[in-house]
This record gives sequence, C-alpha cells and structure tokens, in this order.
Amino acid sequence: MSTRSWRVLTYGVPLAFLGLFFLYPLLAILDRGLHGAGDPPLDVLTDPVTREVVWFTVWQALASTALTIAVAAPAAYVLGRYRFRGRSLVSAIVVVPFVLPTVVVALAFLAILPDGLERGWAPILVAHAFFNVAVVVRIVGTFWANLDPRVTEAAATLGASPAARAREIVLPLLAPALAAASAIVFLFSFTSFGIVLILGGPRYATVEAEIYNQAVRLFDLRAAAVLSIVQLVCVVVAIWVATRLERRLAVTGTMRAERDTLKPVRSRREKLVVGLSLGGLGLFLGLPLAVLVERSLAVGGGHGLDAYAALTDETSVLLAAPWEAIVNSIVYATAAAAIAVVVGGLAAFAVAGSRGSRLLDTLVLLPLGASAVMLGLGFLIAFDTAPIDFRAAPWIVPVAQALVAIPFVVRIMVPTLRSIDPRLRDAAAVLGASPARVRREIDLPIVARGLTVAAGFAFAISLGEFGATVFLARPDRPTLPVAIFRFLGRPGELNLATAYALAVVLMAVTVVSILLVERIRLRRGGWF
Amino acid sequence: MLRAEDVSVRFDGAAALDGASLEVGRSEVVTVLGPSGSGKTTLLRVVAGLQAPDSGRVLLDGVDLSTTPPHRRGIGLVFQDHALFPHRDVAANVAFGLRMRGDPDERVSSRTAELLDLVGLGGFERRSVGSLSGGEQQRVALARALAPEPRVLLLDEPLGSLDRRLRDRLLDDLERLFDELGLTAVYVTHDQTEAFTLGDRVAVMRAGQVVQVATPDELWAHPADADVARFLGLANVDGAEVIRPEAVTVRSSPAGNGRVERAVRTGPLVRLRIALDDGRSLDAAVAAVEHPQPGDRVDVTIDPEGIVRLR
Repeated sequence: MSTRSWRVLTYGVPLAFLGLFFLYPLLAILDRGLHGAGDPPLDVLTDPVTREVVWFTVWQALASTALTIAVAAPAAYVLGRYRFRGRSLVSAIVVVPFVLPTVVVALAFLAILPDGLERGWAPILVAHAFFNVAVVVRIVGTFWANLDPRVTEAAATLGASPAARAREIVLPLLAPALAAASAIVFLFSFTSFGIVLILGGPRYATVEAEIYNQAVRLFDLRAAAVLSIVQLVCVVVAIWVATRLERRLAVTGTMRAERDTLKPVRSRREKLVVGLSLGGLGLFLGLPLAVLVERSLAVGGGHGLDAYAALTDETSVLLAAPWEAIVNSIVYATAAAAIAVVVGGLAAFAVAGSRGSRLLDTLVLLPLGASAVMLGLGFLIAFDTAPIDFRAAPWIVPVAQALVAIPFVVRIMVPTLRSIDPRLRDAAAVLGASPARVRREIDLPIVARGLTVAAGFAFAISLGEFGATVFLARPDRPTLPVAIFRFLGRPGELNLATAYALAVVLMAVTVVSILLVERIRLRRGGWF
Repeated sequence: MLRAEDVSVRFDGAAALDGASLEVGRSEVVTVLGPSGSGKTTLLRVVAGLQAPDSGRVLLDGVDLSTTPPHRRGIGLVFQDHALFPHRDVAANVAFGLRMRGDPDERVSSRTAELLDLVGLGGFERRSVGSLSGGEQQRVALARALAPEPRVLLLDEPLGSLDRRLRDRLLDDLERLFDELGLTAVYVTHDQTEAFTLGDRVAVMRAGQVVQVATPDELWAHPADADVARFLGLANVDGAEVIRPEAVTVRSSPAGNGRVERAVRTGPLVRLRIALDDGRSLDAAVAAVEHPQPGDRVDVTIDPEGIVRLR
C-alpha cells in the first residue's frame, strides 16, 4: 500500500465513522432541540426542574471530586513515597473499580447500605468516590513518585515543619496532577448516569439521568435534546476551565526516576501508615463487592445458588431468559471492541504520524465528553427514517459501544506509536524496506501489544456500557447492564436476587478481562 | 562543636555507614573525601536529621540531636543537584528559611538582597529558577542555605554536576566565602582538589567509615594506609612503603636501571610508568617538554625523603 492510500485510510475511516455515528446524531440533537416542534427551548431552560437538575449535577460533581481526593490521598501518598513488596500489584488492583460497570458499582452500594439509606445524594457521592478513586491514586501517586524528595528535604533543613512542607512545597508541586485528576473525576461525576439512575431514587437526577427520564419515561425527545445541549455546554466549559487551570499550575520541576525517590518502609510508624492507608482503601473497595456477592447468594435465611440457577428460567421482566443477556453482552462487546480497535487504531496512526492531526485528535476524544446517554438519544433521533432507520439493526449497539471505547483506544495507542524510535524506521528504510513493509515489519509488532491492551479495555468498557445501550438494546436482546436495570425496576425479592446475581456475573467477566490486560500492561508502565 | 559518634546506617541489610565518627570545630571547614558509595552523603543526611541512624548519635554544642527533627536543628544543607523550589522565583527560594523562622517582611527582603549580592546574583530576584544556568542555580542554593544563618553548613558535592572551568571559579568563590563568614562547614566531595582547597582538615571515608582525618599536608605526608595512599593518587605503594612520584628523578640514559613503559601527559606534568631492572614497577612525574618516550632506557634515583612509611 502506498503512503498516500495509507493516509487516506487512516484519516478516511475514522472521519467517516465519527462523522456518521457521532457528528450526525449530535447535529440531529441540536436540530431537534432548537427547531423541533413544540415550545421554544427557553421554557425547558427556565423550568425549575431543569434548574434543580443542573444545580444538583454541579454540586454533586464537586462534592464527589472532593470526597474522591480525600479517600484516595492516603494511598496516593503511600504509592508516591514508599517502596514495598506488592506495590505494583496494589496500583494494578486499585484500577479494578474504575473499569467496573457503573451498574455493578450501584448495585454493590445498594447491597451494602442499610435499607432506607441506600438511595439519596450520599450514596451517590460514595459510589462516585469508589468508582473514581483509581484516577486520583494513579495520576497523583505516579506524579508524586517522580517528584524529587530532596526538594522537600531542603525545606526541612531550612526550618519548615512537616505541616509547612506540605503546604509550601508538596501541595504546590502536586497541584498539576491534582488538577488533572480532579478534572477527570469531575467530568465522570458530572456525566454520571447508571449510578445516579439507580442510587438517586426519585428525588435526585443529574442532567444525564434527566435526559433519559425525559426521553424514555416522558417521551419528550425535544426536552431531552435541549437538556443534551445544556450538558454539552457544561462539559465544554468544564474542560476549558480544567485545561486553563492545568496550564497555570504547571511547574517544570525536577522529575526523577522512581528508584531514586521511593524509600523503603522502615520504622514502625511508617509500617503503620502504609498498612492503614492500603488496608483502609482495600476495605472501602473490597467490602461493597464482597457484600454484593454475599447478597447474590442469599436465599431466605441461608445461602445457596438459587438466584444463579434461576438465570435460565423464562421471566416476565425480559423478553428473554436472563442468561441470554450474558451471551448478548459478550457478543456485543466483542464486536464493539473489534470496531473500536480498527477505527481507533487507524485514528491513532493518523494522530501520531509525522504530520499528526490535532483536529482528528480532538474529534476522537469528543464522544468522551458528549456522554453515552447523548449518543443513545442521538442515535434514536438521527436514525429514525429510511434509508437510515438503523434503530432495530443488530449492529447499532456495538457501534454505539465502540464510540464510547474509541477515545480510550486512541489514548492507549498514540503514546505506544510515538514511543517507536524513528531511527528504527530509518534503519529499515535504508536496508531497503518500502513504507508498507516498514509498517508491517517495524510498527506492527511494536504496536501489537498496545493493540491487545486497547482491545481488552474496549471490551471491558463495552461490557459495562449502559447509557447508550439502554436506549438502543432491543427488548428481546438485552445486555447484562440493561437486564440488571430491568430486574431492579421490578418489585420482589427474587427480581432483586436475580439483579445481584447478574451483577456478580458482569463483575466477574469484567475483572477477568481487565486482569488479562493488566498482565500485559504491567510490563509497560504509564497511566493506562 | 559538631560531633558524629559511631554512626551506623543499614539499607536492606547493607551498611551505608558502619560506625563513622567525625568532629568539626567552630569556624572550621572539614571536607569529607571518599569514592562514591563510601557513605559520605549518608553521613551528611544523618547530621542534617534527614536519615535516622540505626545506632550512634550526633551532638551539636554538646546537645544530643537524636530526637530533634531536621527543621529544628539549625543545620543548613546544600544538595548535590541544588534541589531548588521549582515553583518559586530566586528571591522566594532564598527567603524561604527566613520566612520559616518568622522574620518580618522588611528583614526578609533586605537579607535576601544581601545574600544574593554575596553570591554575585544581585538583580536576579524575580528570575525563575528554571531559567538559571547550573552555576547560577548552585549560587542560589548556597544563598538559600546561608540565609537563615545555620549553625553548621553541610554541602553535598555542590560542584559535582558542573563543568570543570565553572567548578574552578566557584571553588575560588567558596574559599573566599568560607573565610569571610567564618563558617562551620562539612563539605563532601570525591574530588581531591576541592577537598584540599577548601578543607582546614580532610576526612577520608571508605566503606562507611572515616579512616583518617588530617590537614591536607599531613594527609599527603602520612596516609593512614595503603588504600588511602592509593586513593590520594600515590601510585608507588609497596607493602608498608609509599614512594611519591615527585621524589623519583628520571634521566634518559642508555645504560640506566629501567625502561619506560608508558608516558602520559596530564597537564604540566608527564606521568611515566617505569619497569625497573630489579623487577619493580614505579610511577614518576616529570615536568619537561622533552620527556622520555616508551621504550627508552632511563636512570632512576629515589630521594629517601620521599619515601613514606605507612603506619
């Protein structure tokens, strides 16, 4: 393949895919929101319900971010300052909650919280902290581990007490990492859907959840579209603020390799600090999941596999037996991972290439900010008339899931591609390899591992994808998160037990796929 | 004034310090000379309170510092790679210690300006530390450490990362500064020139111990043992005897009692390695433009004054 047709491929495929399945639905939402039949959009904006929803969305996101940082700080400190056996294992395990489907996280907190307290704003904040703790631990911990400890020691020899050192040296130097992590946690909490829908009860909804309510429960697609625009504006503003903040806080400090900065755990006090920090975090992350498993096994007064056995029974909740949701999820997620790796991989080549494209780079990241519920809604609005009435097409679910996974695939692949020493390519070219041959012989083997990791992540993300899938999955073809949500919506002990059992299955499949990825990733380093 | 007594530190079972002791008098500069890995830096960190010793103690003016945290010791430290605060400008770096001890604002700014003048960086107040050259960063680190008037100043290879010419210049500056201020200082280095230039006394470290403390002249005249002699660059170590290179006189002579094996010019001197006919091998230094070449026969005489008996 010539260089020119390779460029056409790496730009053309992602642009065509994102144009049709992301930009077009987005425009359809804008059109419906601004010009659709019915009242002008102003009434939705001035509606007190809308204001309440936006206000709740903002403050719960801020509070969730603060709580997440507070929960993650001890572990970030320990990983950033100490060297001990199992350190890399800890930093791998901490990522598990982050890749768990939001539906599973929500059910884990439903299971652990006492009756009457399991719905409301507090469970939402705690669940967000559970879900996002990895973001802070990994970003801040890694950054901390590369800060030169001698700068803090210098402050000590100049008379700064431990408190003064934290205030004057450590916090300002950590600020860029804290800002970056906070921005991500804020965005995830702001666009949170599954957790809010399940734990919010009737009183609390984020913009994202309200879009779903309007579209699916009240059949008001126009109000949903207007809310989507509100959400998009908020997200763009938040990203803009975060980027400015990060730039202002950036300090070009002396970064050092971890082997020079980490100290062994020596004194009894240090052992206590490390033990309590990691133990506390382990309890916070492990206990809800353990209780979820326990509850799925609860039968009457004792324990048994009844709920799992019942997964093969026909049920009035779904137009399928529950176990079929497992199969559907795996099939959909496999297809979505394949699409995401092809489209995201090609886009990564274009972004990382010598004439890297900023436009494409931004475009592939956008679905992350636009949120999954908007994608689902956009598909419903955009693909509703022939010849592009795709709503019932079996491939529409994997395509939507792939859109959610593509930003992650690109983020994983671009650094891998950029890490290839260009002299390797030059050397191959001097030895007589054509450009196509260079890609096959040099680039491909090196990126193969990155592709494997990206495929694993894409699979895990698609497995747990809920926001878009809940709009698009056909009633007779539910995925696991959708099936769990349906069972949760019905009263009765048995339905709840089935939801717990399905959540445990979903958690198990996700954890296995992520552990496989981590085994590959651990040999590489980097945040993802 | 400062005393480190029998200090030991182990890292993962390996001893970084193995019973090291050192004493520094008031207004005295002691340089600590040793190869890398000999425990020099660890000794400084123990004195500064940044590293807790497994055994031994540090006394300052007779007071045991074991339970005193670093920020209350009044001991300044200049780090090898400067360790400047990257988020602060030059003035704020220098002012840090003054602010920590609660000086009023006017006092902080006047003392900061004074210190920057002292190290020749007047007018650099608002510069970011990232924009400074290596030598300038070193001066800021020195001014920062001196500002709160530490009782003892510790310097950990402060010139280690600088190029040779800059090092020579800063070495002169440091010598002048130590003299002017009457500082009590411990200066760690692996460079003999630095150690001999700055040190009132030189402490030689090896394998976590201080093996000899002496003035530069004493050290040169009476190295404690063969290893110290070799580390100081005295090559002709033969059992209990050391022959200084400059005590060896070499004349070209076809008869002679030896043959030149190697000749290397090291600046003004040429170092010769000579194989004596009696089987011994000898290093000599000659200051000459015309010097014997490898293969030449030479006549070697040794000035008995230049033979040192090791203790």
